[in-house]
Amino acid sequence: MFCVEIDKIGLKVGLEIHQQLATDKKLFCRCKPLELEDYPINFSRRLRLAKSELGKYDPAALFESSKSKQIQYFANPLSSCLVEHDDEPPHKLDQDAKNTALIIASALHSSVFDESYVMRKIVIDGSNTSGFQRTMLLAQGGYLEVDGKKVGVQSICLEEDAAKLIKDSENTREYALDRLGIPLVEIALDPVEGSPEFIKKIAITLGRLLRVTRRVTRGIGSIRQDVNVSVTGGGIVEVKGVQQLDQLEKVIIYEAKRQHGLQLIAKKLESIELESLSKDQSVDVTSFFTDCKSKIVQKSIKDGFIIKAQGIKNFAGIFGYEPYEDIRLGKELGQQVRFFGIGGIFHSDELPNYGIEQDHVDKLRQLLKLEKSDGFFIIAGPKDKIEFALDAVLNRIKAAKIGVPAETRAATNVGDTVFLRPRPGSSRMYPETDIPPILVSNQEFEFAQKNKPKSWNDVMEELQKKYGLNLQLAEQVFDSDYLELFESICSKYQNPNFVASALCSTITNLQRQGMNQSLLKPEHISRVFELLSDDKITKESVEIIFENIMTSKIKTPNEFVQNQPSFGDNELDKFLDDIIQNNIQVIQKQGTHSAGMLMGIAMKSLRGKVSGEKISKSLESKISKILEK
Amino acid sequence: MSEYRGYTGKALEFLKHNKIKVGDTIKITTDIEQTATIMPRYEHSDDLHIVVKFKSGYNVGLSLDKIRKVEFVSGVQTLQENNHTIKQNPSLPKILLLSTGGTIASRIDYRTGSVTPALTAQELNASVPELAEIANIDAEVLFSEYSENITPDHWIKIAQKLDSLAKSDYSGILVAHGTDTMQYTAAFLSFALAGFPKPIVLVGSQRSSDRPSSDAALNLIGAAKFIVKSNVNGVYVAMHNSENDDDIACHLGTRVRKNHTSKRNAFETIGNKPAFVISQDIKQNFTGSYFKQKEYTPKIAVDTKAALIKYHPGYDPKLFEHILEQKYKAVIFEGTGLGHVGRSMYDVIKEAKLHDVFLGMTSQCLDGQVNMAIYESGRDLMHFGVIPLSNMIPEVALVKAMWALGVDPKNIGNIMLKNIASEFTE
Repeated sequence: MFCVEIDKIGLKVGLEIHQQLATDKKLFCRCKPLELEDYPINFSRRLRLAKSELGKYDPAALFESSKSKQIQYFANPLSSCLVEHDDEPPHKLDQDAKNTALIIASALHSSVFDESYVMRKIVIDGSNTSGFQRTMLLAQGGYLEVDGKKVGVQSICLEEDAAKLIKDSENTREYALDRLGIPLVEIALDPVEGSPEFIKKIAITLGRLLRVTRRVTRGIGSIRQDVNVSVTGGGIVEVKGVQQLDQLEKVIIYEAKRQHGLQLIAKKLESIELESLSKDQSVDVTSFFTDCKSKIVQKSIKDGFIIKAQGIKNFAGIFGYEPYEDIRLGKELGQQVRFFGIGGIFHSDELPNYGIEQDHVDKLRQLLKLEKSDGFFIIAGPKDKIEFALDAVLNRIKAAKIGVPAETRAATNVGDTVFLRPRPGSSRMYPETDIPPILVSNQEFEFAQKNKPKSWNDVMEELQKKYGLNLQLAEQVFDSDYLELFESICSKYQNPNFVASALCSTITNLQRQGMNQSLLKPEHISRVFELLSDDKITKESVEIIFENIMTSKIKTPNEFVQNQPSFGDNELDKFLDDIIQNNIQVIQKQGTHSAGMLMGIAMKSLRGKVSGEKISKSLESKISKILEK
Repeated sequence: MSEYRGYTGKALEFLKHNKIKVGDTIKITTDIEQTATIMPRYEHSDDLHIVVKFKSGYNVGLSLDKIRKVEFVSGVQTLQENNHTIKQNPSLPKILLLSTGGTIASRIDYRTGSVTPALTAQELNASVPELAEIANIDAEVLFSEYSENITPDHWIKIAQKLDSLAKSDYSGILVAHGTDTMQYTAAFLSFALAGFPKPIVLVGSQRSSDRPSSDAALNLIGAAKFIVKSNVNGVYVAMHNSENDDDIACHLGTRVRKNHTSKRNAFETIGNKPAFVISQDIKQNFTGSYFKQKEYTPKIAVDTKAALIKYHPGYDPKLFEHILEQKYKAVIFEGTGLGHVGRSMYDVIKEAKLHDVFLGMTSQCLDGQVNMAIYESGRDLMHFGVIPLSNMIPEVALVKAMWALGVDPKNIGNIMLKNIASEFTE
């Protein structure tokens, strides 16, 4: 097995970025974009497939509809109204969102359409109550400059964010409506050749350009990247849901490996005939397997599943062939059926295994009338789903001949990708009949031109100057989720460098140690600096409070202050005197050098209770008094 | 689609000059060159843009002055429509789905960019495959109109069609109808077809059928189930019972009202629970018989010289005088509270009575009985000859008056007080 040679396979990567806009309303109603935890309203719906404008069904939507589920929605009247419930037509397009999208288009040198149509992008997984996402193409063309190179812009769309998935079980799916309808800008960039590092640089640059407008939301989930990856001769694979930049590089490398691997598999298939493959050739082997000892098989039979097997001519060794580590056709097939709630498939290259013994394999081969050179697979599932799953497997096997089928995949946390659905086509779009065409006036266009964001360098220079930060810290603050918080804290508390490092390094370090950043809310952080500024806590306490909150020991900074035993000057005096007495010999021996060690002992108990500065001063004076004696 | 649908002036000239028309695929160059399909233009738009659909599926208007080059690639794609042949199951009962238009049969209208009732009853039927498991559905289009364009002539047309089916082998008839005036049609059919032997169920939708979240399918399924399982006759309106896609309310056709502009469960039975609620099984809240006479005695006629007056503070009696000048023969008041209009109306009411105009009183409270014996103005009005109409819904009283004028104008006073189709709660 080899490492994939990225520069030799014609790898092309196009980024598609979805950025939430920081408006005070949603895109088509006046609800506030709040994330809440309490949902007094709930209702259930089902979505059905509707035909496109040109009378066709979209393949991606068709795929979703084949696993039709009941959908339960949870809502709070503070963050959603009848528009999000799909019980009222959309209101007028939010002007702020439109302005921001136009400003972003200007910053990217794109040509704006002066007449756009809001479209319904059919999505029937339930993430939109209406069964579609409202989206409009606002601009196309233009470029983003990255390291002196121009990366082309394909399109800029203004659209609605989807509802948040809370739970997905076999027959129902649950969503919260808070996020539904928050304005998003979708920017698709031209696919480019280049190293994964360069692609990451593109993502960083685009992210910064958006944030410099100061009109976009920050924080987890507010920016999402989809990546379109292809290799020469292969279809375009869209990978959804890359949340972090580190994941981006891994996903690109994994896809390069997977796609080139699939092409190597396709080469092996050149002489194998697959056209005539059909599910009519499959055999119901449920009763054949009744005496099989495999736990998985027994469970399937107990659940009332149907087990089917199908042979494929000359396929021995193909399912398990592994051109790169962990890249196999068998794995691709398993992912196809998982979406029907079916665990996976067994294929001839991995059997006997999983409790299925050689004897069963031999007999199954006889039953299917297979030669040694032939392969087979087994699939088990509920009666209503098995046919869909079988179709999916057979279609995927046929598609293996062309190498890389165009499809939509999802990024996993570790940077792999898994099959999600077929690629949607233009049939997915239907004009939104509830909204007249959106016109862009000259005034709006000029407003956008005038409000073009400053360059990254100018913004960094300003930030450094205003707060006395070095470039690295300025970049860290700006790229973090806490820029606005930083500025608001610094308007009251006069030590920007300390604030910046608390926000950028301290919190990140604690998070790396496995603590939960999401427990530490911006209002907690603000309060900590308020307490510091009022001398209610010491500088050292800042990290302790963060740590206590992020490990659920306390809920608020006030709790820390209430629990903190008061440590008056007299007590401090007595405490330090005790330390001095216990270490008198060391002091006499080491003289003033003993201060460091004693400080260490004192801080062990006093950290966060008394400022280090005060302890150090007091210790020094006590030591010199002893030495003077 | 017409060749140049919606295009006028310069934009039309542009298409003709470049020999392209709606539906053609073209290569078009503005700042960039791309492939696109020409789409129809909405009528209220300017003549300075052409609308195209890009390969991505997005539609945009391209400004004529930004188009540098247009090249014809291929002609209109004619779409192979699947001919929906639905297998009939001889063991199932038969239902007729009669379509009259409305949101339930809507898809995009390229004239205005909004929706138009364009789906045929067959398409509607085919889009809800579950129906075939409940009954063998025949589908027929009577006409395609939105609620607001439905006139009493349309009521007659529907009633005559239904009358012709009274002795057919259908178990019942589904009437797909726009929701805004569905309650008026339901009321008319209730009076004109009193005693009709099969259930007639009006079905509409609040979200058009071209969207995945449409309520049309479940409303149709619920209505069909009701026809097959309920074993009652009458005229009903079947719509969502709640915000959920799980139960359908079947309302009495003379006691129902649209009480919300947009919600799925906009329809409510005034003063009571819906007569039936259909989910997995059927819950029955109404136990009486819908028609108060058993035999079927169709009387299909209408006279529109009946008016509905909503009285309010500041109402100008001259408006009423004008109605009388127009030779109206019946006036239904939507009075305040228990059934009142102000003293300023007394003279014109006396005048109307002199001309033998029928005057009936309903309440703008909608729910509750009219009672004109409690306050002096009520007693005055009764003395002048205004007839209290119990708890009849104002719109229902209006339709009943139109029907009574059409069938037996001399006897309108008696007809209005006779409970024919559960229009009064007894």
